[in-house]
Amino acid sequence: MWFAGTHALKTLNLSVFENEILGVIGPANSGKSTFLRGLNRLNDLDVHFKTSGKIYLDSQDIHRDIEVGLLRKRVGMVFALPVPLPLSIFENIVYGPRRHGIKNKKELEKIVESTLKEAYLWDEVKDRLNLGAMRLSGGQQQRLCLARTLAVNPDVILYDEPCSGLDPISTAKIEEAMLRFKNKYTQILVTNNTKQAARVSDRTAFFLMGDLIELDRTDKIFTSPLDKRTNDYISGRFG
Amino acid sequence: MKRNPYITEKIAFALLFLATILVLLPVIFIVFIIIQKGISAISWEFLTTSPRMGMREGGIFPAIIGTVYLVAGTLVFALPLGVLAAIYLTEYAKDNLLTRLVKLAIINLAGVPSVVYGLFGLGIFVIFLQFGASILAGSLTLAIMVLPIIITTSKEALESVPRSFREVSLSLGASKWQTIRHSVLPHALPGILTGIILAVSRAAGETAPILFTVAAFFLPKLPQSVFDQAMALPYHLYVISTQVPNVAEHTRYGTALVLLLMVLSMNFLAIVVRSRFRKLKKW
Repeated sequence: MWFAGTHALKTLNLSVFENEILGVIGPANSGKSTFLRGLNRLNDLDVHFKTSGKIYLDSQDIHRDIEVGLLRKRVGMVFALPVPLPLSIFENIVYGPRRHGIKNKKELEKIVESTLKEAYLWDEVKDRLNLGAMRLSGGQQQRLCLARTLAVNPDVILYDEPCSGLDPISTAKIEEAMLRFKNKYTQILVTNNTKQAARVSDRTAFFLMGDLIELDRTDKIFTSPLDKRTNDYISGRFG
Repeated sequence: MKRNPYITEKIAFALLFLATILVLLPVIFIVFIIIQKGISAISWEFLTTSPRMGMREGGIFPAIIGTVYLVAGTLVFALPLGVLAAIYLTEYAKDNLLTRLVKLAIINLAGVPSVVYGLFGLGIFVIFLQFGASILAGSLTLAIMVLPIIITTSKEALESVPRSFREVSLSLGASKWQTIRHSVLPHALPGILTGIILAVSRAAGETAPILFTVAAFFLPKLPQSVFDQAMALPYHLYVISTQVPNVAEHTRYGTALVLLLMVLSMNFLAIVVRSRFRKLKKW
């Protein structure tokens, strides 16, 4: 994958298993966000972006066999900074379902309640669903974004440094939600916080300068990595 | 000699303040004189009757109506065309030589003198397309004149919507058009609206583009269709000020006052709309 001639992510071959949490760690410019945004084809928005190679979702080529809107519905994403749309809490969550043709008010209300509960936000906002989402705190906003992603009923959830701007308690709530989702969704977590990857993920991949250096069970990566560079990174010697 | 920075500061401040006041003075002066000399002409009769006695008496009703028709006609053409073009240019067009040329052309279009638009309208709409001097031809000419205003302001409004809104919408599986329709346009609307109102006030006030394409010296009755000529305020003002001798001064200034009020109130509306939406804006 290239951006305006810069080779952001080089050759890699990687499988993500169903219902696992894959952690992706690596320093800045290692290509981990490019990797993530390649999976829901959000990289395509950049006019200078080029890609070669294939990505399969349940044996379907995401560039050829699946319509991009449907792909993004199945592969949801939580961004680094919480980006609530300037609408009410309710309207933020039903934004996705509405675009996919759900109009029934009862059904939408059900989606709002269930997704907010799943994202541990329901109790805090249930009395003020019509409040502007921008007025929530940062941690609440990010959980709202998580609920909004859940609302289109994805199979895969991509997290792009979801807790980089959050306090420890909000971070804990998001991690708790991720762990509870394990039997329902396949999750890929890109994080700058190596400890977070150690806490949450089943397997961890280490990226460096656009290369996949090592991928293994999380406990193995963090206790006995094979590659010296992985060891250096997780022990804080660089990055 | 060593300069004292505090004195320099004071001089600079005085100069900047003076410049601002000098900019403001003519505006206040113009408005004041027009109101002072024209207010006595304003009456219900002046606003609702036709001119009489070779325009020396009576009202300016046909000119007001003509201007309203022209503005409405201008919007019918310029509004959809301008906004759609702006959406295409910001959201869909690839960044290539052609797009850049189009954008450059639009910017340059805004700098073309209005009399050139008038001649262009005469050539294309009145003569070539055989609309004759008519509301249709005048509206089309004015529409072309205000298109750059609408496109430029709409483009700026669309570009000011954060990119992250688009990413969120797309990441939820919305199509590109759904994203524009539900995540971009609603937030760009106040900016677009401001541009439209500015375009309206420009269209209402211009004389040159309507001179050859629609404006009539005097019409005994109101226009019946878009193929009729119409009177219009700016042209009427020109006529009674320079072409008809012995029109009372207060009638001329009264006409100017009506035109000024129409344009200013629309500008004021634009400011109100913008500030109200700015308060609603939550990012």
